[in-house]
Amino acid sequence: MFKDITIGQYIPGSSPLHKMYPALKIILTIAYIVVLFFLHKPLSYAAFFVFTAALILISGVSVKIILKGIRPMLWILIFTALINLFMTQGETVFSIPLWAFSINISREGIVLAATMTVRLLFLIVGASLLTLTTSPLQLTDGIEKLLKPLRPLKVPSYEIAMMMTIAIRFIPTLAEETDKIIKAQTARGADFETGNILRRAKAMVPILVPLFVSAFRRADELATAMEARCYNGGGKRTRMKETRMKKLDAAAIAVFLLCCGILAVLEYALKI
Amino acid sequence: MIKTENVSYVYQPSTPFESAALKGASLEIEDGSLTAVIGHTGSGKSTLIQLMCALLKPTSGRILIDGEDITAKGADLRAVHRKVGLVFQYPEHQLFEDTVYKDIAFGPKNMGLDEKEIDERVRESARVVGLKEKHLDRSPFDLSGGQKRRAAIAGVLAMNPKVLILDEPTAGLDPKGRDDILGIIKTLHKMRSDMIIIFVSHSMEDVAKTAENVIVMNDGGVEMHCSVAEAFTHAERLQEIGLNVPQITLLTDRLRSAGIKLPEHIYTVDYAAKAIAGLVKGGDGDV
Ligand SMILES: Nc1ncnc2c1ncn2[C@@H]1O[C@H](COP(=O)(O)OP(=O)(O)OP(=O)(O)O)[C@@H](O)[C@H]1O
Ligand SMILES: [Mg+2]
Repeated sequence: MFKDITIGQYIPGSSPLHKMYPALKIILTIAYIVVLFFLHKPLSYAAFFVFTAALILISGVSVKIILKGIRPMLWILIFTALINLFMTQGETVFSIPLWAFSINISREGIVLAATMTVRLLFLIVGASLLTLTTSPLQLTDGIEKLLKPLRPLKVPSYEIAMMMTIAIRFIPTLAEETDKIIKAQTARGADFETGNILRRAKAMVPILVPLFVSAFRRADELATAMEARCYNGGGKRTRMKETRMKKLDAAAIAVFLLCCGILAVLEYALKI
Repeated sequence: MIKTENVSYVYQPSTPFESAALKGASLEIEDGSLTAVIGHTGSGKSTLIQLMCALLKPTSGRILIDGEDITAKGADLRAVHRKVGLVFQYPEHQLFEDTVYKDIAFGPKNMGLDEKEIDERVRESARVVGLKEKHLDRSPFDLSGGQKRRAAIAGVLAMNPKVLILDEPTAGLDPKGRDDILGIIKTLHKMRSDMIIIFVSHSMEDVAKTAENVIVMNDGGVEMHCSVAEAFTHAERLQEIGLNVPQITLLTDRLRSAGIKLPEHIYTVDYAAKAIAGLVKGGDGDV
């Protein structure tokens, strides 16, 4: 069960999206999300949908995997939609009578609920496209490059990147370990599913203790291994695979700006 | 009796990481037998035994324990867990209580036994695995590697299962530690005449020394299921699928091809020693 987590999963490939300069990809993903919050008209969203669909197509990642990434967020989506639907004041479209009082649903509420849901959906798709097409190592490389200008301000960009690399590296290992421990304790008759909250919390002890012990053991082993290889931090280290900006990245910026231009025209210049 | 009927298992189906670990395994394991499971890395050994104790649900096929289908809808899995005890690889990584005693008592407690019964079982299983009374009050994290492993095995034994399955119980131990654990397995086999014991191993030597029957796994399928003696008559096939025949078999085979009249299919050092001693004394090598 713990092995099925897809958030942050990387699907190897050789699409232009996979080959882009990681730092640029991160910036463009952030820009993609920012642009999203400037859009209000349905027509702009339609265009945005077309751009996103094109991106998915280019990435070569199957739609099924992207949809799978949305599924865990479903409740958040529904919750956001409902809150916006019921809590927004404005011109009442219809009301649901409920004993003594009634719930009013306003036109503004409907519009807001729809926009927020659509925005969140695009946000999830955009963020998952980034992680699906960028290996964890490239991702940290990108973050390190982005943080580098902050080095004079004593931001330890290299160390942050190293910590992230290690953390990301150990997610699958710990997930596997958790899976194994749960199975082992289940085989010894442990029960995680019944009882009240207190009982269930107590039932987690046989999982958490071994998990922490193993995490500390691994950390210790890793530290020893790194020391044995004379690791001593610092930004002067070079990488085995240096990433550089290429023609492809210039093209990506151009395409992105073009799309922004089209969206701007649709959103602000066109009067429909 | 454990019976698997054409059991298949696929990990992470319909994702790019899909992998078929087991492809139609059919087996029958008799009550009271001591069976080893052997096979190269990734041949599906761990998957097979996790299916047998209902920790995984087969993608297709059925598994019957004493005629009861544990893969059927609505099967009582907790009852299966009580009946089939599984000792994972590196079981000491699952210790968690503050004393060895409490850790061994975890299983029986989950079964809802009373204090007296639990106490008896804890002490009995600690004795079987060779832990002393004084170890019981210590923290499991203060024991040596081999002692931790014993404590973990005792934790499963205390549930008094009808079937005991151990996944690579000797992994990461020194030769003395390995022999100790294999000794415990043999003792258990003698003590509990109707208990099915299954252990996974990477070493043909361990299998030859300990088991009666062997299941040879290859690439998700059952390659052989026979007595240990018979398996070694297919030494070539074993080597083909990446398994090492015991050193002593290789040695005696070479001696035989050099013209020394030793019997065929020697796979334990003890047996070889007797055969050679017999030869030296002037017999014809038969023991
Ligand atoms: N959780 C998992 N997710 C995906 N694939 C898995 C998983 N566990 C095992 N596999 C795959 O299933 C196959 C069989 O694995 P299994 O663990 O049963 O092998 P094994 O015979 O026990 O190997 P070993 O001797 O290394 O322990 C392997 O190819 C492995 O890559
Ligand atoms: Mg295994």
